[in-house]
Amino acid sequence: MLEVFQSEFMRNALFAGLLASVACGIIGTLVVVNRIVFISGGIAHAAYGGIGLAFFLGIAPLAGAVGFALAIAMIMAAVTLKNKQRADTVVGVLWALGMALGIIMIDLTPGYNVDLMSYLFGSILAVPRADIVMMALVDVGVLVIVGTLYNSFLAMSFDEEFAKAMGVRVGMLYYVLLGMIALSVIMLIRIVGLVLVIALLTIPPFIAEKFCRSLKAMMITSVFLNFFFSLAGLWFSYRFNLTSGATIIMVAAAFFFASLIYERVRNHLGGS
Amino acid sequence: MPVSAIELNNIFFFYNSHSILSGVNLKVEEQDFLAIIGPNGSGKTTLLKIILGILNPGQGTVRIFGKTPLEAAGLLGYVPQDTGLNKDFPISVQDVALMGRLGRRGRERRYTSEDRALVRRVLEQVGMWEFRDRPIGKLSGGQRQRVLIARALTVEPKVLLMDEPTASVDAQFQTDLYDLLKELNATITIVVVSHDMSVLSGYINSVACLNRTLYYHESGEITDEMLHAAYQCPVDLIVHGGVPHRVLRKHDHEDS
Repeated sequence: MLEVFQSEFMRNALFAGLLASVACGIIGTLVVVNRIVFISGGIAHAAYGGIGLAFFLGIAPLAGAVGFALAIAMIMAAVTLKNKQRADTVVGVLWALGMALGIIMIDLTPGYNVDLMSYLFGSILAVPRADIVMMALVDVGVLVIVGTLYNSFLAMSFDEEFAKAMGVRVGMLYYVLLGMIALSVIMLIRIVGLVLVIALLTIPPFIAEKFCRSLKAMMITSVFLNFFFSLAGLWFSYRFNLTSGATIIMVAAAFFFASLIYERVRNHLGGS
Repeated sequence: MPVSAIELNNIFFFYNSHSILSGVNLKVEEQDFLAIIGPNGSGKTTLLKIILGILNPGQGTVRIFGKTPLEAAGLLGYVPQDTGLNKDFPISVQDVALMGRLGRRGRERRYTSEDRALVRRVLEQVGMWEFRDRPIGKLSGGQRQRVLIARALTVEPKVLLMDEPTASVDAQFQTDLYDLLKELNATITIVVVSHDMSVLSGYINSVACLNRTLYYHESGEITDEMLHAAYQCPVDLIVHGGVPHRVLRKHDHEDS
């Protein structure tokens, strides 16, 4: 059963899955507790504009996606901080605008014949070495930032107003968080594609929240769940010859519903 | 003359072009125990949030011991209303109380063993130490209120601001809480916002009545006009200068 992981490209895939799990478990937890899933989805889809732009300009697609996603994330941070009521509309517009820009840029690119499907639905089996280096750098960045500012992030996520009254720079932290979301989302585009990013960012923390008593525990549990889903999905996709990104999401979704059923049963038995 | 604990100068606040606060002036001297009363929607919570620097006033200035609210972080303890809290959040009682130390920690924001010792003392004071590892969502409303009070006290504030602090606690803890506040009042300034002022009897030494604008006598005297302007409903009991006064005047209209 494990021999499938012995080939070079499978080992690369596994490594990519592990690296992506670290950043996404940590950032996904902050996304879920801060209830900014929609904004994260917006950043992921708008990143497509960056991929299109990169093809048009002839630069590395992932570099284009990173730059563009970061820019979109900063705009979304500014808009949501300024006007909370209108924010979801603006996020929805940027979401669509980014994708439209990507498609048009690729229309305008001469002699285009790239496999765009791999960006929409991921291709963990074809992750190049350079991307793995980039993923490792993002992991280090996320660990350092969240590690140093953990108490501030915790205070902001639990009670933003109290944190503000304590002098925590909530506005600045919010920009930093959205920037880290942009980077994590780009990592996940490689693994499951931008359409499916949100599932892998949010399902592990959602399950972890039911069993964890601290934000830190929730982050660590999410990292392990993420890696487990990637591993299991990869194995199923190999075994039954299915698209890897979609299979990973299917595994995660199965556990998502299992956790809901578990919770119901537990409440039913415990709530007498 | 020493600098005031809180000084508000001509504060205006608008929300979606609705005027919430209009020309509020307030001076709170050190070691005052002020109650701000007023009906629901009179802007009490907004006023507290402006003092704390959570909201920026559209116009006017806020000074805490002569500093801006941002500079004064760590001098102010805040007990919000329990209703806005995310009860599913994975966090223990102890970790909530530790947040009060954020204002004093400076740049590195790591909690020290002194911080933890202080949290223990304060949690014992409010009777929540035995629940220290309990998730916040598994507490009753009254227990959660005590934790929020503990969090504000771990700030070791010079000014304590409380928004309806007794809304969900039982009568026994109410008495304990006000005894504790009276003790704290020997060294710190306390501002309590409430629409129920009967519980404040015997503890507070000045009252301000708020209804979009503030009706407040610096001398501490309260007039009928002030109360009627702010409250427009019967007021049971007014205390100022430490001497309780009863103002048992029935309202002219049917109950409002």
